[in-house]
Amino acid sequence: MKIGIVCPYSWDVPGGVQQHIRDLAEALIDAGHEVSVISPADDDTPLPPYVVGAGRAVPVPYNGSVARLSFGFLSVSRVRRWIREGGFDVLHVHEPEIPSLSLLACWVATGPIVATVHTAIPRSRILLVTYPVVRTGMEKINGRIAVSEAARTTLVEHIGGDAVVIPNGVATRHYRKAEPLPGWPGPGGAIGFLGRLDEPRKGLHVLLKAFEILGPQRPGLRLLVAGRAADAEEVLYRVPADLRDRVVMLGQVSEEDKIRVLHSVDVFCSPNTGGESFGIVTAEAMAAGVPIVASDIEAFRQVLQGGEAGELFATGDPADLARAAGRLLDDPARRASLSAAALAAVAQYDWSIVARDVLLVYETVMLGRTGVAVAQDVPS
Amino acid sequence: MIITYIVIIIAAALLAGVWVSWRAGRIDRLHTRVDMARVALDATLLRRSSAALELATSGLLDPATSLLLASAIHGTRTRDGDRPRDLAESDLTRALRAAFSQPDFRASLSGKEGADELLTEVEETAHQVFLARKFYNDMVAATRDARNRRLARVLHLSGKAPAPEFFEMDDSLIADKAGAPLA
Repeated sequence: MKIGIVCPYSWDVPGGVQQHIRDLAEALIDAGHEVSVISPADDDTPLPPYVVGAGRAVPVPYNGSVARLSFGFLSVSRVRRWIREGGFDVLHVHEPEIPSLSLLACWVATGPIVATVHTAIPRSRILLVTYPVVRTGMEKINGRIAVSEAARTTLVEHIGGDAVVIPNGVATRHYRKAEPLPGWPGPGGAIGFLGRLDEPRKGLHVLLKAFEILGPQRPGLRLLVAGRAADAEEVLYRVPADLRDRVVMLGQVSEEDKIRVLHSVDVFCSPNTGGESFGIVTAEAMAAGVPIVASDIEAFRQVLQGGEAGELFATGDPADLARAAGRLLDDPARRASLSAAALAAVAQYDWSIVARDVLLVYETVMLGRTGVAVAQDVPS
Repeated sequence: MIITYIVIIIAAALLAGVWVSWRAGRIDRLHTRVDMARVALDATLLRRSSAALELATSGLLDPATSLLLASAIHGTRTRDGDRPRDLAESDLTRALRAAFSQPDFRASLSGKEGADELLTEVEETAHQVFLARKFYNDMVAATRDARNRRLARVLHLSGKAPAPEFFEMDDSLIADKAGAPLA
């Protein structure tokens, strides 16, 4: 199958949508399909062979913040040429309500079009209803995918229409192997955390409280923390002074280093107190094969198969977390069996499986149609 | 002799009274003129919004540019969210600037029905915003200066009228004159 995928955001800026498109495209290529991605990108950015650059994205205010987007007649002609030369069987646009390449692609193309909604913005409704030129593009979409139940709900309530939910996959093979950071995990053991440090729902405070219990009991135990914070100093200051040098803060890390962090600890902790719909970080930790302690919230219970692929503790309870993590640290056999169970369980979230669901959507919208072409009614 | 002193004192008091009332009257007039300048500024902002809206819905532009403009215009019309007026208007300026500063932007629309008039109207109304804002801020500066004189402060000549505020925003459609760099 020849598949054209449209990315609305700059390829050279890290982001969830870009990563999703990269992993999906690679999974589809692995499955034997021909894939071309068009994306805004600076001219000197090295691009993977399947990505076509559509020129530099321009920073503009949108929805109260500055976004880097591609728009205007030059972008239109680049998208049109890409569609004309691509000869795609199906067009897959991402975030079509963002004023960028995806919306333009909907506008210039005819034929089977699938759209994936990552974050639905409530305000779009007024705009979509009011502006015929935007509506025309949106109405050409034959099938919608939402990456989470939350994204689907916002779409249904605010924009109208419905979508099938196909969650993000995990590119498990990227996570399988990595070199631990030098000196980690160390003889005394290590616990890891990934996520925003100052977002209470990510639950770092629960882990730090648990470390106040664990730290004095286990003199060599260290905590490895990676993630962004407005004020990392302040976060560290909450740790009692005598334990502070055993809490190592890495700040925001690259995709590569994130995987190395997962391989640098004996136990990975997901202490979230809520607000997760899937728990992508937890699934990534599973793909790295690191034993997990996670809070007992719905999303984690599901991904960890009710506790079979990872230890669950009472949400928000530092004492219970300390107990569960301590048990794991003392029991290498239990860690090994949890690691194996996690690797097996996460396979169902692998992109190769997710891509199969996406292909089914492609096939459905392609029924009885002849492929993607440039619409005649659009002025050139 | 005493009578002469009394006459001089009365005359001085009268003169002082006239002087103070003249200053108070001036501050009052300045406030009125600030209000009028503000009304004019609001009117030009509104005209610019509606010209931009007409352009966004004209079908002349691609949908992405239309949606960008529409979103910025929407921001200036409604006070939903917590985006203050000056920031919302600056957003519209930046969205317009992003559209207008594309290479060959005008040329790409030439020959299309009504395009030239619309683009000219947007540019003119945007320039009027620049002018009206300049005049308004001038008037605000004069008024604040008059209010800050010692006599005016000691005697509370401006009464309960609040000091007028400057209106700061990014209002240049020309890329290299941009008030705030975006890149």
